[in-house]
Amino acid sequence: MLSDEVRKSSLEQTGHHGGSWLSPAEVMNKISGLVLSLRTPGWWWVGLMVSGVLALGLFFLIVRLLQVGVGLWALNTPIIWGVDITNFIFWIGIGHAGTLISAVLYLFRQQWRTSLSRLSETMTIFALAVAGLWPIFHTGRPWLALWLTPYPNTLGLNPQWRSPLVWDVFAISTYLLVSLLFWFMGLVPDIAALRDRAKHPFAKLMYGLLSLGWRGEATHWQRYHTATFLLAALSTPLVISVHSIVGLDFAVGLVGGWHQSVFPPYFVAGAVFSGLAMVLLIALPLRAAFKLHDYIKMDYLESAAKVMLVTGLLVGYGYLMEAFAPYYAGHKDEVALFNDRASGFYAPAFWTMVTFNVVISQLLWFKAVRRSPFFLSVISIFVLIGMWLERFVIIVTSLYAQRLSSMWNPQIFGPWDYATALLPFGLFFTLLLLFIRFLPMLPIFETQEMVAEGHD
Amino acid sequence: MTTSQDNTLYGLVAEFDTPDALIHAAEVTREAGYQEIRAYTPFWIEQLSEVLEYKENVLPWLVYGGLFVGLVSGFALQYYTDVINYPLNIGGRPYNSWPAFFMPMYELAILFGALGAFLGMLLRNGLPLPYHPIFNVPDFEVASGKNFYLVIKVTDKRFHLQRTRQFLQGLAAKSVGEVKS
Repeated sequence: MLSDEVRKSSLEQTGHHGGSWLSPAEVMNKISGLVLSLRTPGWWWVGLMVSGVLALGLFFLIVRLLQVGVGLWALNTPIIWGVDITNFIFWIGIGHAGTLISAVLYLFRQQWRTSLSRLSETMTIFALAVAGLWPIFHTGRPWLALWLTPYPNTLGLNPQWRSPLVWDVFAISTYLLVSLLFWFMGLVPDIAALRDRAKHPFAKLMYGLLSLGWRGEATHWQRYHTATFLLAALSTPLVISVHSIVGLDFAVGLVGGWHQSVFPPYFVAGAVFSGLAMVLLIALPLRAAFKLHDYIKMDYLESAAKVMLVTGLLVGYGYLMEAFAPYYAGHKDEVALFNDRASGFYAPAFWTMVTFNVVISQLLWFKAVRRSPFFLSVISIFVLIGMWLERFVIIVTSLYAQRLSSMWNPQIFGPWDYATALLPFGLFFTLLLLFIRFLPMLPIFETQEMVAEGHD
Repeated sequence: MTTSQDNTLYGLVAEFDTPDALIHAAEVTREAGYQEIRAYTPFWIEQLSEVLEYKENVLPWLVYGGLFVGLVSGFALQYYTDVINYPLNIGGRPYNSWPAFFMPMYELAILFGALGAFLGMLLRNGLPLPYHPIFNVPDFEVASGKNFYLVIKVTDKRFHLQRTRQFLQGLAAKSVGEVKS
């Protein structure tokens, strides 16, 4: 054990290593130590306090929402979608990068995904939990949200199967369930490892229950591996379908600015783009706080940044197509709507979106930027703001100036709208902080597998 | 075979330091004619499955089955509600609007396929199983990263307490011990 201590301190001093000396046993000691250590770092408590207060604020907001209804937000006819649906699309999108990293890159056998996979899968689950709140509360009577599901009832009420909003219900709930299965299955062997390591009887019991009695038998591993592969193969088309269907929520409607065939792929690219920004924003501070430089290597973060750059370019292409289509079609209303987006009441939001998403992300062409934690964090924050604004611009600029001039009326955010945009981050980070304290934030066995196979 | 009468015994376990040592040992054990072999590793070792001549063939079919059930039940649900239970004219579309029905069918197919993969994995592995004799091995740890175990079960036809123990000791094992059931 002494040698582990020595190595740990040398790691702390130099920070960066080739990593070839990591052994499976060290991987286990390091990652399980983060969870099983009885000393909770001070910053964790501070973080939990801040995000917990925000989460309580969200709870208060929801109570208030139930008291007064959706009029709490600046919603009105014809702007029936506002901050709530913007939030929904934003948070669903955040989840997509998690599935990209855990499933799509798994199929492509990208080694760099391993260390980021657990964090990003967890991010997916919590982002979906946050996203799911908004359409339910958007209905105005959330206690009747079960009407969205097909169930036998005396009302003779069935879902309208031709509506993308009903497809959404199926897509999102499938996505949540499949992501949960994938996440939990990945955790089972790691929880078993914690069960065998934990000293505290309560911890032992809880990990023991959750580990399902995993014992690492060779044939079990083989089936487990097959199941993981199959789940990844199922998640890949799933993740593409989810944000495509969200895109269809818009594209199927005849509202100007929405009725475009580019929407589904453009939404998927935007989702992955914002999700990767969130992955980086989570991974970078944790990497520094827990000294995970040998696990979450700069090379891996650089690869993530490259994917971010590519998806950012795809988003830029989407913006171009959004501008090109109305002019190419020559449709008077569509052209007017696009001009209004770029020069009307919401032009500041539009140009901020373009700058944050397309211009600033071009910095990622530079290797020095891709390898700098500081720049990556800053760019990620810009991208998150930009992508939130993108959804806002798409929703509100199309709704506020429809074909009758009597319907023209901008949506002005009040304090509750700003609170609705910000407070979900509290819930999200509260869940994430609890997760990293109780469950391994890096995949133990996958990292061991990688180390044993001699990849660094 | 006299000693295998001891019904408190599950088998003999040999502990190894490295994956390669375990793979080699499994190979030799297999060649020596033992059938009831179990190997325990902290992570998946591809060659081990080859040595143990194990390949998973059932699980993919459970997933295909799930995909099929999802597709069919998704269509049946929509056809029943829209055509039989309460036909409703929406924008003059046919009651059986199968192209629009495809999206829920697709999602349900993936959901059932994923359930097939996860539950199938548990079912085929016989999990959850809270107790297993291997947990009686002192210091048994699933992902220690340095303990690799090979067990020859007492139910093996060739099992003989002394001879099998000697055999395992000859495999350069770190230690050899009994596993109580």
